[in-house]
Amino acid sequence: MRLLNRTAGRLSRHRRGPLAGLAVLLLGLLISGSLYTALAPAQAQDQASATEQVAKGKELFLVSCATCHGQNGEGVPTVRDGYQLGPSLVGVGAASVDFQVGTGRMPMARPEQQAPRKQVVFDEEETAALAAYVASLGPGPAIPDESDYSIDGLSEAEREEAIARGGQIFLTNCTACHNFNGAGGAMPRGGYAPSLHGVDGKYIYEALLTGPQQMPNFSNGNLPPDAKRDVIAYLNSLEETPEYAGFTLGGLGPVSEGLFAWLVGIGGLVGAAVWIASHTTRTKKSKVNA
Amino acid sequence: MSIDTSKVASSNGTKAATASKPSPAGSLATWADDRLGLATAMKKNLRKVFPDHWSFMLGEIALWSFVVLLLTGVFLTLWFNPSMGHITYEGSYEQLRGVGMSESMASTLHISFDVRGGLLMRQMHHWAAMIFIASMMVHLLRVAFTGAYRKPRELNWVIGCLLLLLGTLEGFTGYSLPDDLLSGTGVRAADGFLKATPVVGTYMSFLLFGGEFPGEAIIPRLYIIHVLLIPGILLALIAAHMLLLVYHKHTQWPGPGRTEQNVVGFPMLPVYAAKAGGFFFMVFGVIAIMGGLMTINPVWKFGPYDPTKVTAGSQPDWYMGWPDGLLRIIPTGWESVIFGYTISWNVMLPILIVPPLMLVILMLLPFIEGWITGDKRDHHLLQRPRNAPTRTAVMVALMTFYGLAWAAGGNDIIAIKLDLSINQITYFIRVAIFLGPLLAFWITRRWCISLQRHDNGKLLHGYETGIITRSPDGAYAERHLPLSETAAYTLTARDRDEVFHANGETDAAGVAAPNTRSEKLRAKLSSWMYVHNVQKPTRAELEAAHHHAEHEAELQAGLDHPVDGHQFDDHHLRDADEVPLRGDH
Repeated sequence: MRLLNRTAGRLSRHRRGPLAGLAVLLLGLLISGSLYTALAPAQAQDQASATEQVAKGKELFLVSCATCHGQNGEGVPTVRDGYQLGPSLVGVGAASVDFQVGTGRMPMARPEQQAPRKQVVFDEEETAALAAYVASLGPGPAIPDESDYSIDGLSEAEREEAIARGGQIFLTNCTACHNFNGAGGAMPRGGYAPSLHGVDGKYIYEALLTGPQQMPNFSNGNLPPDAKRDVIAYLNSLEETPEYAGFTLGGLGPVSEGLFAWLVGIGGLVGAAVWIASHTTRTKKSKVNA
Repeated sequence: MSIDTSKVASSNGTKAATASKPSPAGSLATWADDRLGLATAMKKNLRKVFPDHWSFMLGEIALWSFVVLLLTGVFLTLWFNPSMGHITYEGSYEQLRGVGMSESMASTLHISFDVRGGLLMRQMHHWAAMIFIASMMVHLLRVAFTGAYRKPRELNWVIGCLLLLLGTLEGFTGYSLPDDLLSGTGVRAADGFLKATPVVGTYMSFLLFGGEFPGEAIIPRLYIIHVLLIPGILLALIAAHMLLLVYHKHTQWPGPGRTEQNVVGFPMLPVYAAKAGGFFFMVFGVIAIMGGLMTINPVWKFGPYDPTKVTAGSQPDWYMGWPDGLLRIIPTGWESVIFGYTISWNVMLPILIVPPLMLVILMLLPFIEGWITGDKRDHHLLQRPRNAPTRTAVMVALMTFYGLAWAAGGNDIIAIKLDLSINQITYFIRVAIFLGPLLAFWITRRWCISLQRHDNGKLLHGYETGIITRSPDGAYAERHLPLSETAAYTLTARDRDEVFHANGETDAAGVAAPNTRSEKLRAKLSSWMYVHNVQKPTRAELEAAHHHAEHEAELQAGLDHPVDGHQFDDHHLRDADEVPLRGDH
């Protein structure tokens, strides 16, 4: 009892200390949080809804995807070795589905060189269901959270540093195909690296993670999550920065510049030459005879 | 004759006259004339006559854009630091702050973002360079298509070709100076081209770069070449080009009153000084608008050069696009190994052999043509392109070759913008670069010849009036009326082409004629060049045609009242001769 009293007394001495309020608050949160986790029936419900989601995803998959990817997402090989109607989706993860379906690339309108970005077919809920189903086929990258690719949590100085670093990572890894401006570029046999203008950060992150179509896979081992975040921050900063130099002419480099030098520059100046030469010095016809 | 001299002299009597006080401008002119002898030179040159035609002003675009280049270039040198010293960028462009780069790149960014008007000057300088070379090329085409390069202007043509070459080199060195990712990629490519030269390649590369690529020397060296060496030579050659222009006098289109001995046009003062001066401001204005509104070479987006980086759309500026295109379409495997040394035909052919060869062909054009025709006369009257079908067709074939190679240089941009396969474009151009010029040659020549035929038709049968008459038996025919004297003169003011025939191989004594082989070749080429051409009608043919036309008119005199419906309204019936004519036929 004495011991208890002494301890209570020691505690009591700190009860008006600067950290007392915080400690009590944390304790309270800890207790209520633990109790809620232990007692709430939510887990079972989540489990149930996840199963439902996968089932719904499977239904959608059978209707829209199975023709090429197989009824169990195992892929459909063609008669030629090494060619597939659609690749296996085992282990591509939810991120892959979210990217391909969320940007409208899948389902494809027709088999072609590359699935173009087009109008999205499925709504968010359906996309999530498809993602959950494909994720259930085998472990793969999950859909990133916004905190993974946002620099909002950083300080001003850190943000600036992240953007500059992201620019250098972008120029090292991405511009070879997507061009210095993110305007896109050509790939062999009719393929292309699409423009990155106006693409949601989430999709860029997912594309880096899953390597869709001809794009290589920048796994977290190659390009850590922070580096991915910085690249996205750099691309966003480019879109927020005004175009200091005027119209970008497509941001395609010297080819479009040359085109404009000829069309606007030489075209305009030859027009000026025609105008000057067609105007003689005489302004009145009566003077001609003078 | 009584002239009032009181205004200029105090006396007209026996005492010596004293001049009245001249105006300030007059006294200044006299002061200068006494010391520099300007009056004699100016008297002639201020009245120098230039003929009026828009195509004669194309070279002026080049001249004025060169002036803009000098002005903006001087501005840029005040801040540009041509050094490869490594520093960390701390300027106002956020996305690159803290990134290591060369001082030349940092000073380019400084000019772009921290010097007032710097970005405008940089962009104007770059646009002016693009327009400078483009206008030299259109000027070259004008000179070639009109035959202005014939005697006595062959050497001025060669000087022009050298100007084109130097302008291109000047452009390349300027493109390389900022040391951004794009220019670094270009310099790396140039290094590869040098190294592709057999035997001496690596030595040349080490000489240029002061060691292994990239080293520290290349930017300062390119800088001094760019701001002193090439501009100096360019200025000297431009001066020579224009002095020869003054000496030869300007060419002119044929027409009544225009001969090989005169120039019909307007004098320098006051007319051409105003026109040319005004044109300078237009060129300046167009370049300023482009520099102000249109992005060119945004170095801040490329970032500093780093050999580990590259960007899609890495192209040279447009004038180097065609060798780049040849490089892009050449099969990659064309290499041979001799004594353990690799000869890279796939780089040598498109870069080191074909472009210099094309330049030599271009320079030789007037000499080759002169040799085939054997024409030693001076030519100051221009030819219409149709009246030299082979020359026109050769130029169009060369343009087609150039254009296809140029398109190949932008194959990736064409592929993404037109949804094509870059491979298919390459395969197509590999074939088209051989067939295209031949096809273009054939089409152009036939086209020119049929235009000649059309001209002859107009001379012999008159021009088409657009009046359709119906004969009593129901046939429709278009009325033709004779050309005006002026138009007919202009159309016939050209020489007849004479096919050269080689002398017999042996003379009467059985001795072979000298130069038989080259003469035979010349005869063959001359026949190839001229044999299909349509010659202008002879005097007899023209007279017969006129006689025939008069006869026709007589026959139709009584029938010449077409019922056009206007008999019933207020419009009075018009005779065919009163029909308003198109232009000045």
